[in-house]
Amino acid sequence: MKAEVHTTMNTKQAGHQRILVVLPHPDDESFVASGTLAKYIEGGAIVTFACLTLGEMGRNMGIPPFANRVTLPAIRKLELEASCKAIGIQDLRMLGFHDKMIEFEDKELLDSQIMALVKELNPSLVITFYPGYSVHPDHDATGAAVIRTIGKIPSAERPLMYCSAFASNHEQMIGKADVTVDVTAFLDKKMASIQAHRSQFQAAELVGNRELSDEEIRMRFGTEQFWTYRFDESHE
Amino acid sequence: MQLINPQDIQNRIDQLTGQELFIHLELTTGAYANHLDSTRHPASAFISNAGIRYTNGSISGTGPYRVGLKTEQGWVYAEGLTHVDETETERLILAGHDSQGKLVVALQLSRDKFE
Repeated sequence: MKAEVHTTMNTKQAGHQRILVVLPHPDDESFVASGTLAKYIEGGAIVTFACLTLGEMGRNMGIPPFANRVTLPAIRKLELEASCKAIGIQDLRMLGFHDKMIEFEDKELLDSQIMALVKELNPSLVITFYPGYSVHPDHDATGAAVIRTIGKIPSAERPLMYCSAFASNHEQMIGKADVTVDVTAFLDKKMASIQAHRSQFQAAELVGNRELSDEEIRMRFGTEQFWTYRFDESHE
Repeated sequence: MQLINPQDIQNRIDQLTGQELFIHLELTTGAYANHLDSTRHPASAFISNAGIRYTNGSISGTGPYRVGLKTEQGWVYAEGLTHVDETETERLILAGHDSQGKLVVALQLSRDKFE
C-alpha cells in the first residue's frame, strides 16, 4: 500500500486516535473520506462524524423515485446510519441544521456547536470541506465555520485540518493536494458506504445506474485527497 | 411515488379547497447545475410552511402537469409535476422529476405544518 504523502511538518499526522469529521450532508462522508476513515479506524482511531443536516433538500429521490420532500429526511437518516456502520464510524452526531441553509445560519450558533464538539473530543485531526472550492454553498459554509472555530484555538493546540476541494478551479487557486491517501485496500467499505445512500448513489454524477468494474471503481474511488489547511499566522 | 393520475389529483385539490393549509413550494436546478455544465444558470427557490387558503384549484395539461391555486389575494402555480405520494391520505404531496429522476419541482399542501 502506498504511504500517505505529506509535505506538512506537523508531527500530529501519524496515528490519529481521535478524529472529528464535519460535513453538511449524508453521503459527503462517503465520497470525501470513507476510505481514509476506514483506514484510520483499522489503526484504532475513534471517529466522530458531525453531519450538519439530513440532506432533506436533495434532488435525488432514488431511481425510480421512492422518496419525496416529506419522506426524504427520515430515509436519509437511516441511510446515513448505514453508511457510518459500513465505514466503522463509532460516533455519529446529527446536528439538525436545515439543508441548503448553512450559509444563512446564525454563525454563533453554528460555530458554538462545532466548538463544543472540539472541546469534548479533543481531536488530533479534523476533516471538512475547503471553503470557496467545494461547489455546494453548504460545503463552503461548513468548511468556513470549522476554520473559524479551529482558528479561535491557540495555534499550538490546534488539531491538524484536512480539507476536501473539488471546484473546477481549485488546483489553480490552492495548488495540488498535499495529502493523498491510497484507499484501494478499503474499497469494499467505501462502496458499501456509498451504496448505503440508496436514494442518492444511482445519480449519474455520483456512481450511476450501471455496475462498475473493479478497475473502474479503483480509478474513480481508489484515492482520496486533502489539502492541509494553513492558518495565516500573521494575524495572530 | 406514483405517476400522477390527474383526476385523482383534482379530487384531492377539491377536498382541500377553502381550508387553512401549509404549503411547501419549490423549484430547483440543484446546486451542482453550473458545476456539471457551465452553460447552465443555477436557480432555486423554495418557501416552506407558508400559510395558504385557496378558493379554486385545478390540475391541467397532459403530463408533466400544471397546478394553479387561486387564493383570496393571488395565485400559486407549479409546472412540471409528474409524481404523487400515493400513500398520503391527508396531505397532497406532488413532485416533478426530470429524465434522470431528480426532483425539479415540488408542491405540497397539508393541514399540519411540514417538519
